[in-house]
Amino acid sequence: MDDLHRKLAPISKEAWAAIDEEAKKHLSVSLGGRRIADFNGPLGWTFSAVEIGQVQGVEAPPEPGVSAALRRVQPLVELRAPFELSRRELEAIARGSKNPDLDAVRAAALAIALAEDRAIFHGYPAAFITGIFEASNEYALPLTRDYQKYPLVVSEGLARLHANGVGGPYALALGPDCYKGLTGTATSGGYPVIEHVQRLINGPVFWAPGVRGALLASLRGGDFELTVGRDLSIGYEEHSSAAVRLYLQESMTFRVLSPEAAVPLVYR
Amino acid sequence: MAESSTTLHESNLPPDTIDRHRAIVSLMEELEAVDWYDQRVHAATNDELRAVLAHNRDEEKEHAAMMLEWLRRNDAGFAEHLATYLYSEGPITEVEENTKRAAGGEGGAAAAGVNAAVSQGDGSLGIGSLKGK
Repeated sequence: MDDLHRKLAPISKEAWAAIDEEAKKHLSVSLGGRRIADFNGPLGWTFSAVEIGQVQGVEAPPEPGVSAALRRVQPLVELRAPFELSRRELEAIARGSKNPDLDAVRAAALAIALAEDRAIFHGYPAAFITGIFEASNEYALPLTRDYQKYPLVVSEGLARLHANGVGGPYALALGPDCYKGLTGTATSGGYPVIEHVQRLINGPVFWAPGVRGALLASLRGGDFELTVGRDLSIGYEEHSSAAVRLYLQESMTFRVLSPEAAVPLVYR
Repeated sequence: MAESSTTLHESNLPPDTIDRHRAIVSLMEELEAVDWYDQRVHAATNDELRAVLAHNRDEEKEHAAMMLEWLRRNDAGFAEHLATYLYSEGPITEVEENTKRAAGGEGGAAAAGVNAAVSQGDGSLGIGSLKGK
């Protein structure tokens, strides 16, 4: 299906490649949820909902002696981040410009990455998505701004996962405050705290701008499911003599299948 | 079961790597089965047996195609190369060069220092899973 209408845009192959590359580069760095969740997809733009195996009783019987139950599904939400590029800048790319102004692509990539990650980590009730922090709230541990104590909290989190029978490998998604705090703090012996934490985790420790606090999670699989219909794509909306309007788009939903497989680390 | 199904060469692998291992080993087994059935079809002396063996051989081809499609959807490297070579025309050894030329030529994307193969043709950026990265 070509509803992205890329061929209708007054954009050369070279400029499309530069736009796609710029978006991919920033999305790959900013998307944190995909580093933890199982990825189910891409299932296509026409895929609309995930079957969750539940029914909801219908009070009014359709006929005497007949009961009814409504199948429940979790619908995919369409996320769309529009952006505008100057045609002069796009023409410069076709002439071989190596440093085109693609700030708008970066801003849209960050916006849609934050939207996806906020839904995964913190939920998006309007789209029927419960985030990991909410689902795993009973396993959460408190954080302070004293980052020298961070390894102790991570150790306690790992012990909590082990106690619940959750095996590794493990990962740690660090929100911006945690990342800054950990990279800027050393132990009393001068050893960077983040390296200490990395040794404890023995798996990915990464910056996740959509996270508030941090999340320790198992990567064993089967615990967190990101379902994607259309994976992140760039489409064409309209153009004038001066600018081209494009958008980044995806359809997705997310489910926590095993709340015990994550330990949210939450600032008090 | 082939020995390769039960043997991983490294420990602490992320789940998606192990799933790809499962798919690759399964594809190997399906192709091996096609080869075995194919030889038996030509060796069998009973016509009915030959027909059953040929039917089974072609079923294995379907299984192999399904597994290959799973790999295409879950491995960006496979997806890129399959997009280049499958259903192409002309000498196979020249397909890659012809594709690059069609995508921009000497003055095109490659010369501009950008990756012309980012978009998957359908507009997708091909990001997919980043698990364990």
